[in-house]
Amino acid sequence: MAGLQETVKKKIRVLIAKPGLDGHDRGAKVVARALRDWGMEVIYTGLRQTPEQIVQTAIQEDVDVIGLSILSGAHDVLIPEIVKKLRENNLEPGKNILLIVGGIIPKEDIPELKKAGVNEVFGPGTPTTEIIKYIEENVKKLERVV
Amino acid sequence: MVDLEKVSEELKNWEAKNAKDLQRLGEYINRSGIPIKIVYTPLDVKDLDYLKDLSFPGEYPFTRGVYPTMYRGRLWTIRQYAGFGTAEDTNKRYKYLISQGQTGLSVAFHLPTQCGYDSDHPMAFAEIGKVGVAIDTLKDMEILFDGIDLGKITTSMTINSTCPQVLAMYFCVAANQGVPNNQVGGTVQNDILKEYVARGTYIYPPEPSMRLVGDVIEWCYQNAPRFNSISVSGYHMREAGCTAVQEAAFTLANGIAYIEHVVKRGIPVDNFAPRVSFFFAAQRDLFEEVAKFRAMRRMWAKIMRERFGAKNPRSMLLRFHVQTAGVTLTAQQPYVNLLRNTLEALAAVLGGAQSLHVNSFDEAYATPTEFAVTLSVRTQQVIAYESKVTATVDPLGGSYYIEWLTDQIEEKAMEYIHKIDDMGGAVTAIEKGFYQREIADASYQYQKDVESKKEIIVGVNEFITEEEIPVTILKVDPEVRRRQIERLKKVKSERDNVKVKNALENLRKSAEKGENIIPATFDAVRVYATIGETSDVLREVFGEYKASTII
Repeated sequence: MAGLQETVKKKIRVLIAKPGLDGHDRGAKVVARALRDWGMEVIYTGLRQTPEQIVQTAIQEDVDVIGLSILSGAHDVLIPEIVKKLRENNLEPGKNILLIVGGIIPKEDIPELKKAGVNEVFGPGTPTTEIIKYIEENVKKLERVV
Repeated sequence: MVDLEKVSEELKNWEAKNAKDLQRLGEYINRSGIPIKIVYTPLDVKDLDYLKDLSFPGEYPFTRGVYPTMYRGRLWTIRQYAGFGTAEDTNKRYKYLISQGQTGLSVAFHLPTQCGYDSDHPMAFAEIGKVGVAIDTLKDMEILFDGIDLGKITTSMTINSTCPQVLAMYFCVAANQGVPNNQVGGTVQNDILKEYVARGTYIYPPEPSMRLVGDVIEWCYQNAPRFNSISVSGYHMREAGCTAVQEAAFTLANGIAYIEHVVKRGIPVDNFAPRVSFFFAAQRDLFEEVAKFRAMRRMWAKIMRERFGAKNPRSMLLRFHVQTAGVTLTAQQPYVNLLRNTLEALAAVLGGAQSLHVNSFDEAYATPTEFAVTLSVRTQQVIAYESKVTATVDPLGGSYYIEWLTDQIEEKAMEYIHKIDDMGGAVTAIEKGFYQREIADASYQYQKDVESKKEIIVGVNEFITEEEIPVTILKVDPEVRRRQIERLKKVKSERDNVKVKNALENLRKSAEKGENIIPATFDAVRVYATIGETSDVLREVFGEYKASTII
């Protein structure tokens, strides 16, 4: 119920997730820690998550943001699947949840991912402050039912 | 002889004369936490005992090199890690690389092969042929090495939890070519411990996994004396963010755990240790990397002789492959990566590597194109033939700075190794998350230093250009998925499924009994049992590892 008590200071909740078999999670961990140090509540899934597991965790943890980290090139298949499962659960990226992606993503793939529903892609070399700024600005715009 | 008293006196004078400048500069501490002086003198190496601490190349403690003549006698192996798409695609790439002067092969397997899933498994679909070549059965392996003489070239294979199956497949292909086991040369990574720490391609819990590592080592020393049965790897932990000192310490501590495991089986150390090899990163700090390689050679020689009582000098040799650091590649101004890679490759050569992979400039985007890989091979050839750094062994040996830094790295890495020993060894330290925490802390600190510009990265936080530089990217054809799944189906329909069933049952019995599973693995892969089927049998016997996550 969206009550009067809904507090402005509610901490932003973020799920950092590693879909697929990719085992490189340096970036995921660094981002998770930077967001946490900034004051967000961060849940990290660990490795080898299926799209279904990621969406279920996002729902259970009632997160505002899902940050996916993929370095194995599997984004073309895994991300549309995650978006599909989010929509099946009435979660629409950019509307009531933010879906952001980091990792090794060729520039030419970014328009395709955005078309599929991804809100933003952060490539190698992105400062964590840029990700924090993006999240803070865009979570505000979400329609969140508390 | 240097008059040390006189040097000390003059140094004081020099410091007084330049006191203002020296004070203004403040302290520089390198990434391993070692404070670096503005200049090094004979005073910093006054305790160095040449014959004891350095000696000659090919002589204990091998600080200057594992072989007497090093690159004058034989160049390092130019070995580019490669694999994508189907076995046909990768076979073509290998033949191309060989035609360009590559002298060894290195197989990148796609993640499903590394994690024990067939291409038709739901976890596999998105990953088929992406970061490596798709190998489901011996059939794929036959195609991968078609027209490549395994009696002549050596192959390194980055394979860990499914190492037994892939090893067996490779030797089956060699046998079909008429190359007997004892003539096959190459390397399997077979290093499961660092998978729990950094790379993530584990399947089973540590204990049965250590047993499989031991099975491979045991089989190799008995059957394939020219084959490196393990490549203890620091590379991935370094890529995950640890420092040079931590890379040295964690890798050698893991090496100790493997040696202990095999010795506990009652196998004399000198029987298998000569075929233990290593794999490290070459990062940005050129001199620190050179000192790291020299320090580790001396440390491993001492560990093998003093801790394990090795008698055969070959057991004491730290022979290693180096790869330039993937994490130093930038997506911004990607051609600048060529320059970074060259410096890192130079560090590997000045550090005495036996084998080298130079990353490609386009790898912050995708697996490399043929054009990009060719430049990596050329980088190695320019260093090998044009720079003349190969003319003399350990050319930096004797430098006050390098010798002092070599000592520092050894000292600090040994402190870590003692700490790991006190925890009960590498396996326990990893289970407790010690390595993981150290790595997470170091990588987070690095990120903060980049963002505060304490660490400058050209094109990323300084010297930024807005101009977009076009780079052609390798695209893996999505058709690869269909083709690979179809081939798997075809193999399964054409093979003798009764034989497969029996072979898998024998593999299970072998695993349950606790005997060496490699012979049963050979019998299974020979009749075209798949990576997934064989891994499933072992999953049922050993269980699956569930990682705890440490941020």
